Amino acid sequence: MRFVLRKVGFYAIAAWAAVTLNFLIPRLIKGNPVDLFLSRVQATSPPPPEYRRALELQFGISDDPLWVQYFGYLTSILHGNLGLSITNYPVPVSTVIAQALPWTLVLVGISLMITVVLGVGLGTIAGWRRGTWIDGLIPSTTFLAAIPYFWLALILLYLLGSTLGWFPLNFGYDVSKFAGPEFSGAFLGSAFYHGALPALTIVLSGIAGWMLGMRNMMVSTMAEDYVVMAEAKGLSPRRVMVSYAARNAVLPSVAGFAISLGFVVSGQIATEIVFNYPGIGYALIQAVNSADYPLMQGIFLIISLAVLGANLLVDLLYGLIDPRTRQAG
Amino acid sequence: MTAVLATPTAPAADAEPHARQRRSGKLMAGLGIAGAFLLIAVVGPILSADPEALSYDQLQGPSAAHWLGTTNTGQDVAAQLMSATRGSLWIGVLVGVFATAVSLLVGVVGGYLGGWLDETFSLVSNVFLVLPGLPLVILITDYTDTKGIMMIAAIIAVTAWAGPARVLRAQTLSLRHRDYVDAARVSGEPGWRIVVFEILPNLAPIIAAQFVFAVLGGVLIEVGLAFLGLAGGASGSWGGMLYFALSASALPRGAWWWFVPPGLFCALLGTGLALINFAIDERVNPRLRKETS
Repeated sequence: MRFVLRKVGFYAIAAWAAVTLNFLIPRLIKGNPVDLFLSRVQATSPPPPEYRRALELQFGISDDPLWVQYFGYLTSILHGNLGLSITNYPVPVSTVIAQALPWTLVLVGISLMITVVLGVGLGTIAGWRRGTWIDGLIPSTTFLAAIPYFWLALILLYLLGSTLGWFPLNFGYDVSKFAGPEFSGAFLGSAFYHGALPALTIVLSGIAGWMLGMRNMMVSTMAEDYVVMAEAKGLSPRRVMVSYAARNAVLPSVAGFAISLGFVVSGQIATEIVFNYPGIGYALIQAVNSADYPLMQGIFLIISLAVLGANLLVDLLYGLIDPRTRQAG
Repeated sequence: MTAVLATPTAPAADAEPHARQRRSGKLMAGLGIAGAFLLIAVVGPILSADPEALSYDQLQGPSAAHWLGTTNTGQDVAAQLMSATRGSLWIGVLVGVFATAVSLLVGVVGGYLGGWLDETFSLVSNVFLVLPGLPLVILITDYTDTKGIMMIAAIIAVTAWAGPARVLRAQTLSLRHRDYVDAARVSGEPGWRIVVFEILPNLAPIIAAQFVFAVLGGVLIEVGLAFLGLAGGASGSWGGMLYFALSASALPRGAWWWFVPPGLFCALLGTGLALINFAIDERVNPRLRKETS
C-alpha cells in the first residue's frame, strides 16, 4: 500500500510540475494571446477597449497578481477548461484535442504493444541462442535505433507508398470517401489501412532498443544460479528459457518503459507530420505554426498527463510483478 | 527518437572468452565513425562548394558535377550535407556539454551531499525524466524570441540532463562510502576536494558515456525540431535539410538524393556513438553497475 501511495504521490508531483511549467513558460517569456488574436483579425481601426477587455476575460488574461492567476488557472484546469483555440475560434481547446487524441492513442497504443512484444520476444531468443543468426542481428539494431523516426517514415513512405503504391500517402482515412470519422466497418478498414505505415515506422524504430536490452539481460540472467539449477534439474530448455530466465530478465525492460514512452511520443509528433496523420502531434504543430497558444499549451498538458498516466500504470504493474520494489525504501 | 537512449544503464553482460577483442573492435568502429564525422564537419565545408549558391541545375540527380545532385533551387546537396553535418554536430556537442554540466551538479553534488538537497534534486530529475522531451522543447522554443544556436542547445539541454543525472547520482551513492573516500574525509580533505579528486576520476567512464548519449540525444532532438521547422528556420542541420526537402515536395518528385543522405548520416552517427557507449559500458566495473537503481 505504501508503495502505491508513494508512486501516486510522485506522479501527482510530476503532473503538478507539468501544469506549473505550462502556466509559467508563457508568462515568463511572451505577451498574451489577446494581442495575437487581435493582430489576426485586425481591422483598420484599433479595437475598442471593451472588446479587448471581453477578449481578455475569455482568454483568462488579467492584471491580477501571479498567484491569483495561478489559482484561477488550476481551478479552470480541474474543471477541464483549457481555454479557447485561436485558429478555430471560438471552439474550446478541449474539443479540438478530443478530436485529435483518439487517432494518436490508438496508433501509439497498438504499435507500442507490437513493438514491446516483438522486441522482448526476439531479445529473449537472441540471448538464449547466443551466437546464432538471430543474435547476429543485434549489432545492426544499433543502426536501426539511431534512425530518426520521421526519416524512417519518409523512406517507408517513399518506397512503399510513392514507388510501390502499396499504402496511401497521407491522412488518417480516405478523405475522398468519408466526410468525417464515422462508425462503420468501411471506415475502420480505411483507418486501419492508413495507419499501417505510421505503425510500421514506430515498430521498426522502437524494436531495436527493446531487443538489445532484453538480450543483454537474458545473457546475464542465464549465468544466475537458479537458471543453472533449473537446467540441472532437467527441465525442458523451453521452460528454463521462458519461466526461469526471461521472466526475471524482463524486469529492467518494464522499468525502462517510462523513458522509452517519452521517445515514442516525441517521435510520433514528427511522424504524424510526415503522414499528415490527424493526431495530436499534427494538431500541435498546426497550433505552433499558427501561434495558437491556448491550443498549444492544452496539447502539451494533455501529452504530459497522458505520458505520466501511462507511466504510473506501468510502475504499479512493476510493483506487482517484482515484489522487491515494494519493500525497498 | 531512439530507444538506445532509454537503456543507458542496461548491463552489457558478456562473459565470453573473446570478449576483450570484441570490445576494442566496437570502440575502434565507433571512434572511427565519430572521427569521420568530425573530419567532415571540420574540413568538409572548407573544401566543398558554397551550400547556398543557386544554379540552373534544378533537382538534378547525382552526377560528376554534383555528387549528390541538386535541390529545387539548384543548390549542391553534397555541399549542404557537409555544412549541415557541421551544424548538427556542433549543436550535439553543445547540448552534451550543457547537459553533462547540469547532471554533474545535480547528480554528483546532490548524491555526495545527500540530505534534503539530494532528495529535491532527485525528485526534480525524476520529474524531468518522465516529461515528454520534444513537446516541452517545442513549447519553450516557441515562446523564446531569440533562436540562436546557443539558445536552442540550452533549451534542448533542459530536457536532456535528467537521465545522466540519475545515473551519476546512483554511481556517486555507491562511491560515497567506499573506504578510500572515508579515509580522505577522515584525513580532513574539504568536501569539494573529495568530489573533484576522489569521486570524479572514478566516474570518468560513466561521465564519458553520458556525454556521448547527451550528444546523440541533442543531435536527434534538434533534427526533429528543425524538421518541424521550429529551430529558427535555418537549414544549418540535417533536420533543416529534411525540412526544406519535404516542403519542396522532394518525396513525390522522387528526389531521393535530397532526403536520404541527411537521415542516413544521422543514423550512422548514432550508430558510431552507440558503439562507443557499448564499449565504455562493458569496461565499467560491473560491481558498480549492480548498485544502480
